[in-house]
Amino acid sequence: MEAKTKDLWVFIETKEDGSARNVGLELLTPGRTLARDQGGDLVAVVIGFGADAAIAAAAGQGADKVIVVDGEEYQHYNTDAYAGAMTHLIEKYGPTTLLIGATSYGRDLGPRLSCRLGSGLTADCTGLAINPESGIMEWTRPAFGGNLMATIVCPDGRPQIGTVRPGVFKKQPPVEGAAEIIREDFHMPAEEIRTHLLEVIQEAAEEIVDLEGAEIIISGGRGVGGPEGFEPLKEMAEVLGATVGASRAAVDSGWIPYAHQVGQTGKTVAPKLYVACGISGAIQHLAGMSGSDTIVAINKDPEAPIFEVANYGIVGNLFDVVPALTAEIKKLKN
Amino acid sequence: MKQVPDTTEIKIDPVTHTLIREGVPNIVNPYDTYALENAARLKDADPSVNIVVVSMGPEQVRTALKECLAIAADKAYLITDRAFGGSDTLATSYILSQAIRKIEALEGYTFDAIFCGKQAIDGDTAQVGPEIAEHLGLPQVTYAVELSVEGQSCKVIQQGPEYRQVIAVDLPCVITFTQPDFDVRYPTIKRKMKANRAKIDAITAVDLSEIDLTRCGLKGSPTHVKSTFVPVHDNHIVMFEEETVEESAVKLADVLNDAHII
Repeated sequence: MEAKTKDLWVFIETKEDGSARNVGLELLTPGRTLARDQGGDLVAVVIGFGADAAIAAAAGQGADKVIVVDGEEYQHYNTDAYAGAMTHLIEKYGPTTLLIGATSYGRDLGPRLSCRLGSGLTADCTGLAINPESGIMEWTRPAFGGNLMATIVCPDGRPQIGTVRPGVFKKQPPVEGAAEIIREDFHMPAEEIRTHLLEVIQEAAEEIVDLEGAEIIISGGRGVGGPEGFEPLKEMAEVLGATVGASRAAVDSGWIPYAHQVGQTGKTVAPKLYVACGISGAIQHLAGMSGSDTIVAINKDPEAPIFEVANYGIVGNLFDVVPALTAEIKKLKN
Repeated sequence: MKQVPDTTEIKIDPVTHTLIREGVPNIVNPYDTYALENAARLKDADPSVNIVVVSMGPEQVRTALKECLAIAADKAYLITDRAFGGSDTLATSYILSQAIRKIEALEGYTFDAIFCGKQAIDGDTAQVGPEIAEHLGLPQVTYAVELSVEGQSCKVIQQGPEYRQVIAVDLPCVITFTQPDFDVRYPTIKRKMKANRAKIDAITAVDLSEIDLTRCGLKGSPTHVKSTFVPVHDNHIVMFEEETVEESAVKLADVLNDAHII
């Protein structure tokens, strides 16, 4: 389809309680510059139920307009309702570009939408730029497990759509928003919604692993040597209020559940501090954590690739280093 | 199913900064093995289940199709044509959806479900499954770990953003799979030998009478690769090298504390 405006849209994914998931708000940061480069407005699109918190948050991140679709059928993400609502909005307003967070729901919605609209989608981007000559978006994304970066363009299909990894961009401190709020009364007939959430399987409280929301992650790899090898990491995590992460090697060895896995086949994280203990730093692991603000590497092998992305490093046995680190942190915290 | 290079074996040429693909083994995309294992489990429970595996690519993909036959599949089709080369995900999913309709006509029934891996480990896009669903007008469930089927209704355990959740969907549908809690099975010697002898039919553009070739290949793809490059990590590392590693650890803690990182 043809674009009707030069606007850039950011999809603000909501949670069941009507608040926004971080990634949508993060995308408003590059969105502002990109919308200007494109010559249009920055528009946040909020779909959810009772989503006032998400609307306010999007306005506070500098969106020019917030388009809202609110209804009970949108409380829990489902492909048919969300793709239906989004298609309706895109056909009505005709944006040039659409950014979606590459969460599990974003990666479910993006391809469904792009196929319905016959437009191009670039998945899991880590870099965004408008080409000053052509005026089209250049989407940069990792391929081959992060070994190669590719820049993708979509010259003709509109809107050009991309999903963008969480944590690549940072939210700005909220500002007093003067966004125009546009409420669209669009409802998806119940019979057109073909998937239904029956039940949420809550894990036991101590097993909830919030890697994406963690400010500090203490992560272990092959070097921890076994399930008991995670104990010193857990102790440090407790002192710091951190979350324990793991490399694929440790998860595949059965030392720690999959929910802890960071990397290409696990979670993508970008905490303030990432401490990699006994992790060699396979490219697939780096792909999931190299966006962290500060990276500390502790490894016996001075040649380990993890040192290529780390800011601070100690070459040594993690079972010597980590307890000493924990003891000193305890001292400092008192 | 997609045949992919084993990306864990890929190395970068330090001089030319290009991918070294030589000697890198081709494997069945790991996520597709999870889809196949879930199909095999349905067949374990109900032996009347028929598993057909479909892949698009060059002739060499027959090796991967035979591997799937050896593991659990009953039949395999190769979708191959020069006109399909250079397809992006939208063109690929269009060709596959046309091929699925053709195979249904050849086999004389319609599929109850189409299983895919969540994504392929070379491209990592996770787009082809949902796009096939849209082309065929079917509902989709992505990030599935396992499922159960009763009559025409299906309960899928999905890896949600925070928790696992149970999603109900009716057949026919498209389901894409991520890593389950169980291991995938290995082929038996007997199945392996049988798979080696199996005839794999190829489907080409001329077999797909309704296909619109302007929607295939490089020309039918809305997205294009403009350039590729090898990522460089440009960081300055501070190494702590005191007398003992314990002293290094103390120093590190102090630095992190002074910088208000902890």
